[in-house]
Amino acid sequence: MQSAPWVTSYLTEHCAADDFATLAGYRRRGGYEAARRAVAEMTPEQVTELVKDAGLQGRGGAGFSTGLKWSFMPKGGDKPKYLVCNADESEPGSFKDRLLLERAPHQMLEGILIGAWATGAEKTFIYVRGEYAQAGRCVQHAIDEAYAAGLLGANLLGSKFSHDVVLMLGAGAYIAGEETGLLESLEGKKAQPRKKPPFPAQHGAFGMPTTVNNVETFSHVPHILRHGAAWFRGFGTEKSPGTTLFGVSGQVRRPGLYELPLGTRLDEIVFQHAGGPLEGRRVKGVIPGGMSMPILPASQLDVPMANESLRERKTMLGTGGVMVLDDTTCMVRTACVIAYFFRDESCGQCTQCREGTGWIHKIVQRIERGAGSPADLDILLDVAGKMEGQTICAFADAAAWPIQGLLRHFRADFEEHVKHGKCPFPQSFEL
Amino acid sequence: MVISAETRARIDAEAAKYPRRRGALLSALHLVQKDLGHIAPDTAAEIAALFDLHPVEVMEVVSFYNMFFDRPQGRHQVRVCTNLPCSLRGARELLRELEHHLGVEAGGTSADGRITLGHEECLGACAWAPMMRVDDVYHEDLDAAKAKQILDALR
Repeated sequence: MQSAPWVTSYLTEHCAADDFATLAGYRRRGGYEAARRAVAEMTPEQVTELVKDAGLQGRGGAGFSTGLKWSFMPKGGDKPKYLVCNADESEPGSFKDRLLLERAPHQMLEGILIGAWATGAEKTFIYVRGEYAQAGRCVQHAIDEAYAAGLLGANLLGSKFSHDVVLMLGAGAYIAGEETGLLESLEGKKAQPRKKPPFPAQHGAFGMPTTVNNVETFSHVPHILRHGAAWFRGFGTEKSPGTTLFGVSGQVRRPGLYELPLGTRLDEIVFQHAGGPLEGRRVKGVIPGGMSMPILPASQLDVPMANESLRERKTMLGTGGVMVLDDTTCMVRTACVIAYFFRDESCGQCTQCREGTGWIHKIVQRIERGAGSPADLDILLDVAGKMEGQTICAFADAAAWPIQGLLRHFRADFEEHVKHGKCPFPQSFEL
Repeated sequence: MVISAETRARIDAEAAKYPRRRGALLSALHLVQKDLGHIAPDTAAEIAALFDLHPVEVMEVVSFYNMFFDRPQGRHQVRVCTNLPCSLRGARELLRELEHHLGVEAGGTSADGRITLGHEECLGACAWAPMMRVDDVYHEDLDAAKAKQILDALR
């Protein structure tokens, strides 16, 4: 992994410095001042309002207003309240949180501390995916340092406020990244998502009011406290303020992380920052926001990377994982890889998802083998359409959308397979 | 009793962090698997007793998560990511080379018991593809020669 993004801004400015992951290094650069001020000088409501005014949207995929989410937590009451930091990054094409966990764990912890003050939470569970063992070690070290320095625990920072942080390691399940699937996993169960309502703010971890935020979301918070809402709105678009970490992967010259304002054009990211396609190749399509998000063809990359613009092209920002596919790549093989993943990771609760992901995988494999019929294309769209919006969580939608996107923009690839009874892309990656 | 007293104490320490003891079940399974290599049915029954659960409630958790095993494994877990970003950069070709090198198909264990080889879904190293996870260490920007060298060094 690179030690810092190729392009940095406020979030990753100091990531290249090894000591930024230590308490001393973080404090030397002004770390924990924002949390100290929040706890000493601001009411929880003021903090929540500030984050709401800044327009910070969750960076875990859904893009919901963070301040608004915090405001849903009940005030007072005798039940303990919890925060959960979702560090189960597993959306294919996403690798930004890993950098923030390994290189800037105190920045995230400070954001958690501020969120805890705003919501009145007594404890935060940081749920790190099991495969991120190195990230887990970095975060645990940061937690230990913070406790030793009185930044966590009872009467932290010399105040009357107390907050504990617990690190938990997952064990390999994509669906544990879904908010309520994560809560089930946290309780020691299979990570099968819960029906909503009740929403986590009423009935979350262990039945208590809970707010779940992503690693990057928490990491933006200290900067908003430090510089104010107007400053934060100086980055990005009116509806989508701030920077984000775009992770560029696939068939491109300079894959890696890029911290850029939301609203940066996709073609600027792919061609200017990431250097465009490999020698002698052309870009065929780009998945803009992690594998769940529908692909865009090369002709539609002139789009600002913000939800309000991407929605007009029937896709979304997701987790900002930008995957570049070039002209050697077969879109039916691509569909096979995507369909296999969702079939493998479906938790099996809902019929539409459990059966639908299997159907889709079988059909795209059949088409790739050259054994597909013209009707298969319509069956694919029919099955995908019947999965959408019909299940407990958004996983089935995430499984349907990329298939719909591939058929919307690359139907010719599928038709060629059916017509000629074989794959017309001999140079494509093997299955 | 296959779970050591020391591991039991560590499980208790984990359990104290959660409002309900069961919150520490995944941590307990990680700890026990580290000691024993896998979670056999009788081990699951012992863990169930520690959490006041039925053995099947532990086994269903073991079977749900990819990182828990209900049968013996090689001494090292080697997982090549074959998700889309890695596939676009040669991961499947790499996995095939490693299968050939070890004389085992993905999902199997080498005859000397050293290595269980498999593929895995996205590991969050997409820009440094192809890559593999060896136990809890990532190896990125691989080619076949580099990957084989890493495997050969495992004892």
